[in-house]
Amino acid sequence: MADAAAALAGAVVRYPGRPPIGPIDLTVAHGEIVALVGPSGAGKSTILRLLAGLERPSEGEVRRATTGATGFVFQAPTLLPWADALINVALPLELAGLAPAAARERAAAALAAVGLGDRLDARPRQLSGGMAMRVSLARALVTEPDLLLLDEPFAALDSVTRRRLIEDLHRLWSGRAPRPAIVFVTHDVEEAVYLAGRAIVLDAATGAVSASLASPGALPRPLDWRADAAYRHAVEELAAALSRAMPADQAA
Amino acid sequence: MSRLLPPLLLTILLLLTWEAACRLMHVPAYFLPPPSAVAIALVERAPLLAGSALQTFLMALQALLVAGLIGGGLALAVSLNRSAEHVVRPLAVALQVTPVVAIAPLVLIWAGLDHADRAVIALAAAVAFFPLFSGILTGLKSADPDLERLFDLYGANALQRLWRLRLPAALPFALEGLRVASGLAVIGAVVAEFVSGSGATQGLAWRLLEAGNRLRTADMLAALVCLMAMGLALNALVGLVERRARARLS
Repeated sequence: MADAAAALAGAVVRYPGRPPIGPIDLTVAHGEIVALVGPSGAGKSTILRLLAGLERPSEGEVRRATTGATGFVFQAPTLLPWADALINVALPLELAGLAPAAARERAAAALAAVGLGDRLDARPRQLSGGMAMRVSLARALVTEPDLLLLDEPFAALDSVTRRRLIEDLHRLWSGRAPRPAIVFVTHDVEEAVYLAGRAIVLDAATGAVSASLASPGALPRPLDWRADAAYRHAVEELAAALSRAMPADQAA
Repeated sequence: MSRLLPPLLLTILLLLTWEAACRLMHVPAYFLPPPSAVAIALVERAPLLAGSALQTFLMALQALLVAGLIGGGLALAVSLNRSAEHVVRPLAVALQVTPVVAIAPLVLIWAGLDHADRAVIALAAAVAFFPLFSGILTGLKSADPDLERLFDLYGANALQRLWRLRLPAALPFALEGLRVASGLAVIGAVVAEFVSGSGATQGLAWRLLEAGNRLRTADMLAALVCLMAMGLALNALVGLVERRARARLS
């Protein structure tokens, strides 16, 4: 546990009028990529908010490595609509008290790293969905976090853009030393197997971890890995585990 | 230009019909003067009317400023405290539903008979207050909840959150409120001047009242035309502010 980037130990979250979520035990090692898969309502987003410290558990505890920042990418790009890409990406640094000039310099570098070095002054409405999501990713990475949390970030994008962004995410992750830990929420089993080293299935009824499956192969993935039998097999295995975690009325 | 032409043609047609009807049916001038007589009155009384229009315009602007400062300040205070809205909003609604005509005599007493202009500004501000307060308060709470979470995540302080998130998010709502408030401020100013009825304020409503007391109907209509033009001018000014601000925002 001491070398974990983040961990939940027996964490339970109660919302009024709803069954409790958990107890959840989850340890994310430094530099690890974990996919959280589960039916809607199983508490995937809640786990991310717990890990980010945006919410406190009703019971149990959340542990975070004391060093390092947390990056968060939401389902939508969630950019300030009145500010350009550069200012949006510089925002976390400026909120932390960094001088605007220095913050914007680092923001420009972060935007260049996601391939938007020539769109620094673009407003969010001038960007496509994929580009806006890249800005959001640059904003999450600009603080050089050791834990990056992504809540179904690519769900609204077309499949080509989505694949490109997954490759970018792998590239950005493997290009950093030390590598950040990534926790990634998705409802897409193929995305989970491809992107993560480990997929965790949450149970719809209890919100607890019902299965944990390691993905085969090394990260980042080789070019034609989606055609690999090992990948197909892992996808089917994860799909079966997810189906078992579904409530009876949704499983059919 | 092509958008302006049809309403302009309709206006000219209506004016010609009015002129012809007055002449053909020999309508007495005290009852309904023809538009030509109104035009003459407008020209003859132009300096007086222009001065009065400026007076009313400035009173409405001052009222908007007062209402904006009080409404905006109160909305800001309320937005910082979740339970404060339940305390303040019913009072704001009560102020809104009370007819301005009914509170005008009271405000005139409080302002003092020598300071009718202050009463006019206060009453116009009272009617302009609600759309500004309500709009700004709604706007301050309109920021995307995920953006609020992002500011939580990066440990933003209250001032950073206000300046970098809530105020920019509130601006379109404040502008919408300003548009409604500017129309109401003119109504408030005119009503207050009617009620004061003393001529101490020398605004357009007083010109209307003065001409009415003397049965100079053409002068009344001329004052009314000026009031309409002034309302349009204020509307255009607010529209200009709105467009400038929106261009910067998006």
